[in-house]
Amino acid sequence: MSNAVSALAGRSYSGFSTVREAGLVGMVTLRGDLESPELAVAVLAATGCAVPAQRRRTVAGDWSVCWMSPDELLLVGPYASAPGLVDQLTAALAGQHALAVDVSDARASFRVSGPKAAEVLMKLCPVDFSALEADEVRRTRLAQIAAALWTSGPEEYSLVCFRSVASYAFGVLENAARPGSELFSG
Amino acid sequence: MSARLSRGGRLIDRRAPVTFRFDGKPMTGFAGDTLAASLLANDQMLVGRSFKYHRPRGIVASGAEEPNALVGLGQGPRFEPNQRVTTTETFEGLTAISQNHWPSLDYDIGAVNGYLSRFLPAGFYYKMFLWPRPFWKHVYEPFIRQSAGLGKVPQEADADRYEQAYAFADLVVAGGGIAGLTAALTAARAGKRVILLEQTAHWGGRAPVDGDEIDGMAADLWVKNAVQALEGMANVTMRLRTMVSGLYDHGYALAYERVADHTPGDGRPRHRLWRIRAGKVIAATGAIERPLSFAGNDIPGVMLAAAVRDFVVNWAVSPGDRSVVVTNNDDAYRTALALADAGLVVAAVIDARPSVTGDLPAQVRARGIRVLEGRGIAKVKGAKRVTGVAICAQQGEGAVLEEIACDVVAMSGGWSPVVHLWSHCGGKLIWDADASMFRPDAARPPTGDAGQPMAATAGAASGALQTAAVLADAHAAAGGEGLAPQATGPAEAPMLPVWIMPQGAGIALKSKMWLDYQNDVKVSDVQLAAREGYESVEHTKRYTTLGMATDQGKLSNINGLAVLSHALHQEIPATGTTTFRPPYTPISLGSIGGEARGEIFQPLRQTPMHDWHSAQGAYWEPVGQWRRPYCYKRSGETAHEAVNREVINTRSNIGLLDASTLGKILVKGADAGRFLDMLYTGVMSTLPVGKCRYGLMCNDNGFLIDDGVVVRMSEDSWLCHTTTGGADRIHAHMEDWLQCEWWDWKVHTANLTEQYAQVAIVGPKARMLLEKLGGMDVSREALPFMTYAEGTLGGFRARVFRISFSGELSYEVAVPASEGLAFWEACVAAGAEFGAMPYGTEALHVLRAEKGFIMIGDETDGTVIPQDLGLGWAISKKKADYLGKRAQERSHMADPNRWKLVGLETLDGSVLPDGALAVAEGVNANGQQRTQGRVTSTYHSPVLKKGIAMGLVLNGPGRMGEVLDFPVDDGKVVQARIVDQVFYDKDGEKQNV
Repeated sequence: MSNAVSALAGRSYSGFSTVREAGLVGMVTLRGDLESPELAVAVLAATGCAVPAQRRRTVAGDWSVCWMSPDELLLVGPYASAPGLVDQLTAALAGQHALAVDVSDARASFRVSGPKAAEVLMKLCPVDFSALEADEVRRTRLAQIAAALWTSGPEEYSLVCFRSVASYAFGVLENAARPGSELFSG
Repeated sequence: MSARLSRGGRLIDRRAPVTFRFDGKPMTGFAGDTLAASLLANDQMLVGRSFKYHRPRGIVASGAEEPNALVGLGQGPRFEPNQRVTTTETFEGLTAISQNHWPSLDYDIGAVNGYLSRFLPAGFYYKMFLWPRPFWKHVYEPFIRQSAGLGKVPQEADADRYEQAYAFADLVVAGGGIAGLTAALTAARAGKRVILLEQTAHWGGRAPVDGDEIDGMAADLWVKNAVQALEGMANVTMRLRTMVSGLYDHGYALAYERVADHTPGDGRPRHRLWRIRAGKVIAATGAIERPLSFAGNDIPGVMLAAAVRDFVVNWAVSPGDRSVVVTNNDDAYRTALALADAGLVVAAVIDARPSVTGDLPAQVRARGIRVLEGRGIAKVKGAKRVTGVAICAQQGEGAVLEEIACDVVAMSGGWSPVVHLWSHCGGKLIWDADASMFRPDAARPPTGDAGQPMAATAGAASGALQTAAVLADAHAAAGGEGLAPQATGPAEAPMLPVWIMPQGAGIALKSKMWLDYQNDVKVSDVQLAAREGYESVEHTKRYTTLGMATDQGKLSNINGLAVLSHALHQEIPATGTTTFRPPYTPISLGSIGGEARGEIFQPLRQTPMHDWHSAQGAYWEPVGQWRRPYCYKRSGETAHEAVNREVINTRSNIGLLDASTLGKILVKGADAGRFLDMLYTGVMSTLPVGKCRYGLMCNDNGFLIDDGVVVRMSEDSWLCHTTTGGADRIHAHMEDWLQCEWWDWKVHTANLTEQYAQVAIVGPKARMLLEKLGGMDVSREALPFMTYAEGTLGGFRARVFRISFSGELSYEVAVPASEGLAFWEACVAAGAEFGAMPYGTEALHVLRAEKGFIMIGDETDGTVIPQDLGLGWAISKKKADYLGKRAQERSHMADPNRWKLVGLETLDGSVLPDGALAVAEGVNANGQQRTQGRVTSTYHSPVLKKGIAMGLVLNGPGRMGEVLDFPVDDGKVVQARIVDQVFYDKDGEKQNV
């Protein structure tokens, strides 16, 4: 694990907004019956988070839980804790129809920040950012690739895509953040 | 001559002169000019040559409808042809060149086409170039390409950048004239989220030019107030220089923002394409004035009446000293008044109507300007510019009553609402006989997802031409809340439809009446089409090319179909109209491509070891969106030599392959075994934990779609390896069956392809490398062929699979992708003493082909079943069912005469061309040589030192030893013997050590 390096090793770019690869992030895919009390108990015990409603995100301490599809959650937290979390969930859900698996290394994470961060993403994602709620998760498209995004702080968005296309993701984000291409004046 | 007036010009800043060049000639304009205004201010009436007859052409219009004045704009990497001068803003340093002439604009040899025009009628190309056929390619086409066409193609890569952006709104208002402003204000005050877009650089449209009064103030002031009010509202977004170019399904609108056309090189994107999801779109797009069809109506100096007053009022440009206005309506009298206000001479207003009353004509008469009633223009005099007009009775055949000297003819044939956006997505039109126009039929709008109207029109686009009606219509279109702005204006008398001037004109005059300026279509052409039987307006359009130019017939459309209707002796609505298609005016390809250029043209998928490969001189091969090393070239090596070296080294020492791209799909659940038994042709449910099995996957038509090794990870989970290109497709295939057919089976899948970096360590010394890394027992006893173990290898969290695609002793080791590069480097370091070298995909192919292993996409092409490939051993005979089973039992699939897999060995040792066909005796029904097989994989084997191939051959396995003929290039034939496809280590001893 000491050899682990994220896809772009934390590369960053400062244009009219700042784009930064967020380094190693722990991610666990959990598939199962999101209505089931056993799953809710297991998720709460493992992360401190409640199971989020459709297209929502719950946060508790280091961990957050994103709704991905009617039978899938994405648990996001510290990279080093992800394998242990998988074991914990697998044990807690033994006998249930569920799948917990570490996908930390299959992904790349980005942060886009600054007062005009939304203007970077408006060029790449068909998302109405002015209507995006604080606890909302969108699975969407970043130019030509699949991505998921949410608001991760004041004037900051977090974005996740597949690791193999991290260079492309950074490239389109960097291009969209270039000075002079702000969408709105002021 | 045309010139700049000493006073006025509401859009120009006389303190900010700008210099520019037209055809190399330096000229001066003012900030705020369009290039059209600047050219006219410099007395440049002649701006281009027409498409077919090379007739001299000048500026006709003042906006997006301009058909003639197209120029090549910019230079080098910023050159762009066919730019309308009327929509181009003049900026310091602008360069423009005129188009479609040789050797010069003033003297164009192509104008001889004009003298030949009687030999170039409608449909000329169709009639003339039909025969003889070989002439088309060698004589006609080169001739047409030389003589026809507008601008030149840019020769350099575009220096600018482009982008797209997404936006959302309750209401998008297209057009920032008084109708658009009213609609936006009304909706915004009602709380709607509004986007207001205007294609020009100014708000207000033409109301300020026409001298309207709104709510008791001059239109200019009203517009200023309205814009200020909108700017102060948080729920309103406004953009100038942004044209709504098209409306698509479900309220999807495209808007084309010309961000930096007027400030090239300032670092901003040149164009931005907005992709807007709108609850509703209001087209407040105004109306376009129609030309009148009289002889010589294309001579430079003949302009639309409203354009003439636009140039005078907006840019203080006089198109000429002495004007004649010719009209069939009252509105054109505003032009006479504007010219008179500017101190210019209006020689006469020629009105086709037999009796002219109305407030505006009265004002004109009061200025002492002659108004000729019931008159028309018999012909315009002049060649490269107007010198005068010959007057006739509109009801006559063109006998000249008098001649009037003038240098401008301002014509108005009435107005056509700009209904394009309404029509783009299915809104229907209705013929308004009183106003002689097609206008939107409010009862048949384009509809959205729930059948609701998704678009409306406002103002002149609805057919409301009087200011008061414009405002009331726009207010109502936006919901009608609050009070509508009020306007007063002169009462206008009805217009008289005039489609030909004079109405009894003979062929000589009609052959000089231009309908479509840009494509050189005349009244006589449309009438000829009608005589030749073209009754449908769509057919006539294509036959004559009326309306098919880059302006999409903005000026010619209604006049053309009126002439056609007349020739067909039917009413205009019976003829109907063509349908407008997006975009409203051409948009740049750059904006459509957006950011997708250069490095970010397309996503390239990279493994964690990508940069290492790159640094080692990898010669890349695209595999789907992945880039994989084809081979690693050392200095002085060709790719072929590198491949040979890599193959031999792998067979004798160790080869390292980055196999990270292989698909890895985890399948887990109580029904996972049953599910995999349905997906694969073999049995996976019985595979013991820790064991691997090769599997084939077919679609429900029986055809082989993927293959790979399946590993039993635990009691209820399996890991399915897929081909590199198959990972996403096969995952989707699994989910498709699980979600749509077997929804009640307890199975989960997860695509873990990118979670792991995978390294194939291949060759007789592979075990030594793993032992050197240490941490796991990789002996033959502990980890036999086709088994799997998990542990820590050299400090890495590793999954070790004892599988082989090369026939050698081989381990595939998966580690978390984030540690992939470190693990790869550890393998390279540990393998150094054993002669380990990386190898690429081509060596992989050679290695597998030497072993006769199939490759999805080479041996399969969507028509091949496993039985064709001799893979019957991987098909369970015991299973009741699997996807493809029944299909494979069909008569054609079970036919013993299918082409089947064999090895092919050339008699001369050469390498067969890929895809080469083996010929058979005789010809088929189409007279083509019969064939009996084809090459599916073919390589030079450096181990066997000869060409080896696999192919599908009729009854192949039953014909061992037979020799087939493969015709190749230059009439040569390569002979190859049918052999077993396993060329190397037939008994598989090397992989099982």
